[in-house]
Amino acid sequence: MSLTMPQPDDAILARRGEIIAALRRIVPGEGVISQPHELKPYETDGLTAYRQPPMAVVLPETTAQVSAVMRYCNAQGVKVVPRGAGTSLSGGALPLADAVLLGLSKFSRVLDVDYENRLAVVQPGVTNLAITRAVEEMGFFYAPDPSSQIACSIGGNVAENAGGVHCLKYGVTTNNVLGVELVMMDGEIIRLGGRQLDAAGLDLLGVIVGSEGLLGVVTEVTVRILPRPQTARAVLVGFASIQSAAQCVADVIGEGIIPAAMEMMDRSAVHAAEAFANVGYPLDVEALLIVELDGPLAECDYLIGEVERIARANAAVTTRVSRNDAERLAFWAGRKAAFPAVGRISPDYYCMDGTIPRRRLPEVLQRIAGMSASHGLRVVNVFHAGDGNLHPMILYDANRAGELERAESFGNDILRLCVEVGGVLTGEHGVGVEKRDLMPVMFSEIDLAHQQRIKCAFDPGLLLNPGKVFPTLHRCAELGRMHVHRGQVSFPDLPRL
Amino acid sequence: MTSVLTPTTSDDLSDAIADAARSGTRLAIAGGGSKTEIGKPSNAVRLDMRGFAGIIDYDPPELVLTVGAGTPLSEVESLVAAHGQMLAFEPWDHGPLFGKPAGAATIGGVVAARVAGSGRLTRGGARDHLLRFEAISGKGERFVGGAKVVKNVTGYDLPKLMAGSWGRLAAMTQLTLKVLPRPRASATMVIYGLSPVRAHAAMARAMSSHAEVSAAAHIPKVSGAERSTTALCIQGFEPSVAARCALLVDVLRDHGTLHTLPAAEAESFWRAVREVTPLASSKTLWRIDVAPSTGPAIVDAFESLGARWLFDWAGGLIWLAFDGDAGRVRPAAERAGGHAMLVRAPEAMRTVVPAHHPRVPAVAALEFRVRRAFDPHGIFETGRFLDESNAD
Repeated sequence: MSLTMPQPDDAILARRGEIIAALRRIVPGEGVISQPHELKPYETDGLTAYRQPPMAVVLPETTAQVSAVMRYCNAQGVKVVPRGAGTSLSGGALPLADAVLLGLSKFSRVLDVDYENRLAVVQPGVTNLAITRAVEEMGFFYAPDPSSQIACSIGGNVAENAGGVHCLKYGVTTNNVLGVELVMMDGEIIRLGGRQLDAAGLDLLGVIVGSEGLLGVVTEVTVRILPRPQTARAVLVGFASIQSAAQCVADVIGEGIIPAAMEMMDRSAVHAAEAFANVGYPLDVEALLIVELDGPLAECDYLIGEVERIARANAAVTTRVSRNDAERLAFWAGRKAAFPAVGRISPDYYCMDGTIPRRRLPEVLQRIAGMSASHGLRVVNVFHAGDGNLHPMILYDANRAGELERAESFGNDILRLCVEVGGVLTGEHGVGVEKRDLMPVMFSEIDLAHQQRIKCAFDPGLLLNPGKVFPTLHRCAELGRMHVHRGQVSFPDLPRL
Repeated sequence: MTSVLTPTTSDDLSDAIADAARSGTRLAIAGGGSKTEIGKPSNAVRLDMRGFAGIIDYDPPELVLTVGAGTPLSEVESLVAAHGQMLAFEPWDHGPLFGKPAGAATIGGVVAARVAGSGRLTRGGARDHLLRFEAISGKGERFVGGAKVVKNVTGYDLPKLMAGSWGRLAAMTQLTLKVLPRPRASATMVIYGLSPVRAHAAMARAMSSHAEVSAAAHIPKVSGAERSTTALCIQGFEPSVAARCALLVDVLRDHGTLHTLPAAEAESFWRAVREVTPLASSKTLWRIDVAPSTGPAIVDAFESLGARWLFDWAGGLIWLAFDGDAGRVRPAAERAGGHAMLVRAPEAMRTVVPAHHPRVPAVAALEFRVRRAFDPHGIFETGRFLDESNAD
């Protein structure tokens, strides 16, 4: 692995027994895990290429316990890595050898459903899908729907600002969270936001969402819930070229239509998905679009007609409209099976997550094809077409010497390309450890210093989830002294992680 | 020393801010001055951002617009309207609320003050539509946050912090906003004569229905009309709007008779709500953010003390015109779990009552540290918000 994590502190490791004993006094019973074989399940998250058992795992059950653990660790200079369900694809919950892994899995209760104000108050360990399950009998749902929604927790969704296929219409996590209870690294418990739309003062809630567990530990979340759409219909459109598919997407939005979801698959993704799921995808196309419209029946019918018209104008070679919900779900079954489908044609794959301006799509896919040839690795592309979020999956075999390194190098080239055409390193998976060292491709040192100074305002000792997001660990005092004027950087030459 | 600075380039702005930091000069970042009368009057040097004006990049199918922060709001709105799009958070010009002509408000000003209209309820606020900014911080450093794409989680979400920062973090020079298609059709359905409790119930029922109501507001009789009006706005494509209006009639049949407001009347109703015109004559104007269900008890209590008011955001935003004891307003908002902003008041009151609802000490301390992260010398602290003892 090319990744370097902060050097473990020998003085902390030497005090391991004492630290575990102190944690046991705060969280009695089975809430502290320290045996090596019991630590094993916590050594990685959804980014399984990286593994590191933590010094200990603590699983508190109350906010007071979280606060006491954080206060103790802060006072003792012990690092803390928060963990939700452990489904991060960017290594956000990767442990450190000298850190306490703080798991929120026991915070699993729905505390309040307030239909009158259309919100739910939940603990962070509640899964994304469980929120919808808790409110669906009254006809509501929680809109952000990351594909891991059966397993991922709302606390992790807040940390990563999770998206999903329906975020084009309904927004990502940050647009659907009203408030949090947050425990800071020094143990202080604060509330940001509440049950109203805006908070008083600075929008600190806005910066907590997507902060990847570096600013505080969320112990309660208030989310908006929405009436479930009356109906949903999907149209499956095949194209003879990526260009015409991309133009169709631009024209749908140009006509003022914001579909609930608009997904694109390239030829290789269509073939892999069809071989796996047998859902009847056309195989003689270069690009396949799934466009889902939801809302009242009259709206769906009208918009499906409009999308069909726009598709025909863009030389669609096949157009199929779902006739019932079973058929709509079948259209999705292939797309949603893209990961296991790719898993069947390749021993390993590496999923990327850049976003680009949509108009650059044909050019970007062409250049990815070129990189595929030069790196000698196949790539399968699925794409949240409506918002420009690309998920190229690089196929490799970890058992072949050098292939993982080549896959990572290919992935980095893709992300550099995304930034080059005006896009970003990550649209919904987070920076974590995975994209940490690429941050300077997108941000200058001055830009990053401004972000890191926020970290210092929350956690001046840099004890919470260090080694994630930022490629360089500047001590807060150094950041304060750093002076840059008119872009003239006078940076101390600090060691990289 | 000059009392107004008018930089037109990032380098000049950077120099001006670095000079101010060296000399300990306080700078009041300003656009068109439409909200100058909010907060305590200040003698700080005015940093006029209107030199950073103009459309930088607009690609309608990408739903992304980049403009200079000092560009007039009206210019931005005309541009996107010409392409069938809109700023979905519906920012509005505060000038007329303070007796000034309309047209001065800038896009940077409305974003920095987190100004949003009735559509905030369903389409989000300025925070949800600011994708990227360029700014000069209190050290004179030029930096960016966010990116020019609609979906991005790379690094901390600094645009959220800048939206609603009231010029206390950094001077924004350039903003990238998400724009949305303007609805092709719009209908407003109203119920007359509802009490606050029944208006809240009708709005809550409508918002929980499949009618996909985009805005909900209520103007009571006490605020000048012959009878109270509870209004629900339905927008979208023509066939869908017609179907949802019919659905709404059915959903609200136990709440009252629905009438369709003629287009011109509907437009003036929503403008009145957005710009608070029914309360224009009051000396003291508060805006209270709460969970909608708590609104009726609040307005009942203040109406009995002589207040006038209206509901926007389905009751989650209360505009309260109340010239009585200011000490009553914030405790009432707090008991409801919300907060109150003092928007308009006589100068004597604004010198002692903070514009923004005071935060609990731990949050206030955290906000202070975040402000110092961007502005270590406190040069953007003009005393306007009465929460920094060293800034007066």
